[in-house]
Amino acid sequence: MSSPPKHEGSPPNQEGSTPKQSLAVWKFASCDGCQLSLLDCEDELLLLGERLEISYFLEASSATVAGPYDVSLVEGSITTPHDAERIQEVRRSSRALITIGACATTGGIQALRNFADVEEFASIVYASPEYVSTLDTSTPISAHVAVDFELNGCPINKHQLLEVIAAHLAGRRPRVRAHSVCVECKRRGTVCVTVARGVPCLGPVTHAGCGAICPAYDRGCYGCYGPMEAPNTPALNARMAELGCEEVDLVRVYRTFHAGADSFRQASEAHERR
Amino acid sequence: MSGASRTRVLRADYLARVEGEGAMYVRLEGREVAEVKLRIYEPPRFFEALLRGRAFTEAPDITARICGICPIAYQMSAVRAMEDACGVHLDQGPLRDLRRLIYCGEWMESHSLHVYMLHAPDFLGYSSAIEMAREHREVVERGLRMKKAGNALMALVGGREVHPINVRVGGFYRAPTRRELGAVTDQLQRAREIALDTVRWAAGLPFPQAVCEPEHVALAEEGGYPIDRGRIISDGGLDIAPAQFDEHIVEQHVEHSNALQARIRERGIYLTGPLARYALCSSALRPLARDAAHDAGLPEVCSNPFQSIVVRSVELVQACDEALALIDSYEEPDAPAVEVTPRRAVGHGATEAPRGLLYHRYEIDEDGTILDARIVPPTSQNQLAIEEDLRAVVAEHIDLPEEQLALRCEQAIRNHDPCISCATHFLQLTVERG
Repeated sequence: MSSPPKHEGSPPNQEGSTPKQSLAVWKFASCDGCQLSLLDCEDELLLLGERLEISYFLEASSATVAGPYDVSLVEGSITTPHDAERIQEVRRSSRALITIGACATTGGIQALRNFADVEEFASIVYASPEYVSTLDTSTPISAHVAVDFELNGCPINKHQLLEVIAAHLAGRRPRVRAHSVCVECKRRGTVCVTVARGVPCLGPVTHAGCGAICPAYDRGCYGCYGPMEAPNTPALNARMAELGCEEVDLVRVYRTFHAGADSFRQASEAHERR
Repeated sequence: MSGASRTRVLRADYLARVEGEGAMYVRLEGREVAEVKLRIYEPPRFFEALLRGRAFTEAPDITARICGICPIAYQMSAVRAMEDACGVHLDQGPLRDLRRLIYCGEWMESHSLHVYMLHAPDFLGYSSAIEMAREHREVVERGLRMKKAGNALMALVGGREVHPINVRVGGFYRAPTRRELGAVTDQLQRAREIALDTVRWAAGLPFPQAVCEPEHVALAEEGGYPIDRGRIISDGGLDIAPAQFDEHIVEQHVEHSNALQARIRERGIYLTGPLARYALCSSALRPLARDAAHDAGLPEVCSNPFQSIVVRSVELVQACDEALALIDSYEEPDAPAVEVTPRRAVGHGATEAPRGLLYHRYEIDEDGTILDARIVPPTSQNQLAIEEDLRAVVAEHIDLPEEQLALRCEQAIRNHDPCISCATHFLQLTVERG
């Protein structure tokens, strides 16, 4: 991802220094946790505020500057007709658009509606579903506009977020590895929970980035960083079945925070049909 | 304002520094507040529907995703409700202590975020904490250190700050050792000092006048400030078990909001959160927090909602001090969780999220499949009280210039740290004068 050219709307130079690049943070259907990750960078936040012009970040600031923006971070999925239009505006006003988190990258937990009747969903929650304006599906940002980089995770890892922002400022590709959680367990020195204790674990098919937290807490990975590149879900599922997972469990494990990701969706549908 | 017939429209297109998306509509007829609407248009995500058909053990991880600011609150109300359904009650011992401990971490993280980054800029006239840091760097850095301590505690017990992974029905996946907990003691002791400084600093902020006296609702239990369990009480005579929530609290769906509005069946509007907890349970504060509140000059019942920033700071002292005490007395449990066997039943769980009471109710099948779920977040409960506050604040400050009045309204909304993502949910603020 190359560094975008400076636009005329950049903030004024201070005594001839290089103009700061501008950052915008946008929210769609989400829990706010991924943008909170930016505020959770307690040691880096003030430096970030000095290096970047934070032009639009409503969770943190009531001051907003009109676009275009050099970098837009987008949290959340598209679930309403209004948001489907709004993301087009965000794309038009952004030189680089980076999705942050499971919702923006694969549709999030709310993509479970994609497997159900949304009218029935609305009637379960709301006494007057006719007041609610919603789409039948929850879809990732990439289903609507071109995306320059996707940082996945439910929630994202704040160190990876800083790396992605820093890489953009430096005009280089972010160092975000695409291997599985298994590699992170080995690096961390965690004994495999599946091999040693027979605990079902999605680590072999899940994208790295979290730091393999769950196995370090004696728990199988539940896939919250989404599918790695080309995951071999059938092989893993056969092993999980041997460990006692029933078909319903295999459907459930893939239908959580990345239910809408192609490979996880296919894995869940394969077991739903049986 | 010259005449009653003068038409003025105040508009602040976005209310920032809240979690989520909504709008505010205030219409004035002359000097009278004719209509106030907190409009919540955060897109609905249908959690209560998508929980149906899931395993009872999945509720803590799924409901955590309702809110990235207070995931522990969701996890704690969920595990409590599931355990209640299954006849398991973790009311004492190290597993409950660990639950209170991680909850203290969340209060520290959420309250320091709100006090320093979302609310303080209102009092000092800045658009954000980052802007505020240019002139008050040490204040913002103090807040960030406090927040970092809360996050460190969450990450230690829960595995990570946002959507912790270690909480399960029955307890935890892995219980920390005494030695591991000891690693955060120094950081928490420094955080406790910062919390005491925060109370003194917050007490000296300029508070706009307002008198708001809603019915206060909070959990209460013997022997401690309410966090993770208790009866639901109020200063209007409510005293019920969480299981009786539905008998006394009704939720309404109105056209202008994707969050349901809750009211007490018999009387109407009520408030939950720090002001309510403090009004009802200040005697249960730890001595250090109680003394800090006294020295700050807080009355027993705080009727000026702008002072909520002081109450939240007192709760920071409470959370730090309690966390240290819990670590000091911690004994490693024999097992990280107790066995919880599902049965066909209904269970209720009510805990105190940083911004107020969070109620969960689940009906589960004999194999643990969730048949029905109901979640009532604090901001749904506080919506009407926030609207009432706005009426009072607008009436009190009606002679302010338009822009200042609009800002004051936004500040008044932030008094209650609304989490609109929870309640469904960006605030667009419109004040219209007729």
